[in-house]
Amino acid sequence: MPRLRREDVAHVAKLARLTMSEAELDKFTEQLGQVLDHASDMNALDLEGVIPTAHPFGLINVVRDDERRPSLDHDVVIAMAPDAEDGRFAVPRILGEAP
Amino acid sequence: MKSVRQTALDVQNGDASALSVLEESLANIRARNDELNVFLYVDEEGARTAANAIDERVARGENVGTLAGVPVALKDNLCQTNVPTTCSSKILEGWRAPYSATVVDRLLLAGAIPVGKTNLDEFAMGSSTENSAFGPTKNPLDTTRVPGGSSGGSAAAVAADMTPFALGSDTGGSIRQPAALCGLIGVKPTYGLVSRYGLIAFASSLDQIGPLTKTVTDAAMALEVIAGHDPLDSTSLPEPSPSLVAHVDDGVAGKRVGVVRDLIDGADDEVVAAVERAVGVLKEAGATIVELSVPEFRLGLSAYYLIAPAEASSNLARFDGVRYGLRVNADDVTAMMEATRTAGFGEEVKRRIMLGTYALSAGYYDAYYGQALKVRTLTIDAFRRAYQEVDLLLGATTPSVAFEFGSKTADPMAMYLSDVFTIPSNLSGEPAISIPFGTGEAGLPIGVQLLGPGRSEAQLFAGARVLEIADGRP
Repeated sequence: MPRLRREDVAHVAKLARLTMSEAELDKFTEQLGQVLDHASDMNALDLEGVIPTAHPFGLINVVRDDERRPSLDHDVVIAMAPDAEDGRFAVPRILGEAP
Repeated sequence: MKSVRQTALDVQNGDASALSVLEESLANIRARNDELNVFLYVDEEGARTAANAIDERVARGENVGTLAGVPVALKDNLCQTNVPTTCSSKILEGWRAPYSATVVDRLLLAGAIPVGKTNLDEFAMGSSTENSAFGPTKNPLDTTRVPGGSSGGSAAAVAADMTPFALGSDTGGSIRQPAALCGLIGVKPTYGLVSRYGLIAFASSLDQIGPLTKTVTDAAMALEVIAGHDPLDSTSLPEPSPSLVAHVDDGVAGKRVGVVRDLIDGADDEVVAAVERAVGVLKEAGATIVELSVPEFRLGLSAYYLIAPAEASSNLARFDGVRYGLRVNADDVTAMMEATRTAGFGEEVKRRIMLGTYALSAGYYDAYYGQALKVRTLTIDAFRRAYQEVDLLLGATTPSVAFEFGSKTADPMAMYLSDVFTIPSNLSGEPAISIPFGTGEAGLPIGVQLLGPGRSEAQLFAGARVLEIADGRP
């Protein structure tokens, strides 16, 4: 695999919604590179035809009858929010300024 | 404090009140919590109310449950209604859970008294409890050393006699490794045996809740209470809780035990010597010993440090400043989320999120995450082959005894390597138990590990009990 580059780390930080300082970018490029280097021992294996396992015992859909049942109280949930308005979660603006 | 078993007996028989037991626990917490930083929150009022209720029920002659009046410490990634739950992260500081984890409900139903929430590596990511946003926990046996992690606070609570038992969570060794470093029994149950409902997720296909105790019987008692099907966790196994306490003294006569070089080699000499002594004990007790080599276990570390971060990066996406926890305001919603996550997460959590996001990102998914999932299959197949030959596997829990603060923090890879013996069981979803067996450098405890196929907990406890007796704890 190609060596992890600083610009890859910057791109991933953006995807993960994290701000990285210049110093952090340098540090993470080195440290994440070391972990990925260690993982490269997997590349030496012949894994052709091996079925990937995402879950230890194989997940099967679990369904229940479509009946109403108690859930968390609306007011309790809204009370946990950093900001709320009229019983809804409030957030800063999502769309850009009108032209 | 007395054992879980003895405490419950005393309370059930009226020989001790639940309140007096609780006061002893609270006094022990007060005596050392400032020094050790074990509990992030102590719920004195809630615990007293629960203890009084148990005492009233005992007075009325009611059946008060198998854990009647036994104080328990909860790792602070387990939700308890209206109790602060932080995951040792600034992003959840001040948040109170609106519901209880199934394990907490089951403990309460069995009469146990939750006394508070213990420190952990932030979001359970770490092996030393040094990654907590609220400062590290010290090992009660030697305060210059780490208690292990991520359930370091839960291990320290039991080791410092603050509670007779504690619950932790184990994603790559986070119950077994601190148990080994603090001289306790630590159990990682079969995946799905214990409901994860109300456990704040780190890596959902690997996480499992289990007990930390001073005796094998206590661990069996605690696991019986928290295990069993839960409709609120769709990955919960369909069976009811297994019978474990009744099998603790079954012994190992006639069992085949595989001694796995790959779960021993690379450990310090004193750890290797402890495992070799354990082999002798099991043989003496009538087990047949088989030497095994399972090289796939070594690859497990590489697979784990891609799979666990990949799942974590997805699970931790929910911490975005919208519905709960920290918010750092900014001009638009994206900037708010970025500012919140940047301020709220610590360095190790960021490192794992970055690693996982990278492993899942376009162009690298097949090479890293896809490859890791295939190696996970190899690990599972290797276990399956081993269990065609033997009933149990034996190895070390950790490569060394408790290490000193700061000795691995500068090098994340060195810290990750301390999980090499515990990770395979998480990848396969199979159970494993760490048992203190002798001491090493400076009298610090050494843990040995027994591993078994899915749902073989009764057999693991029986094996652990043989080692416990041989180690001088009849």
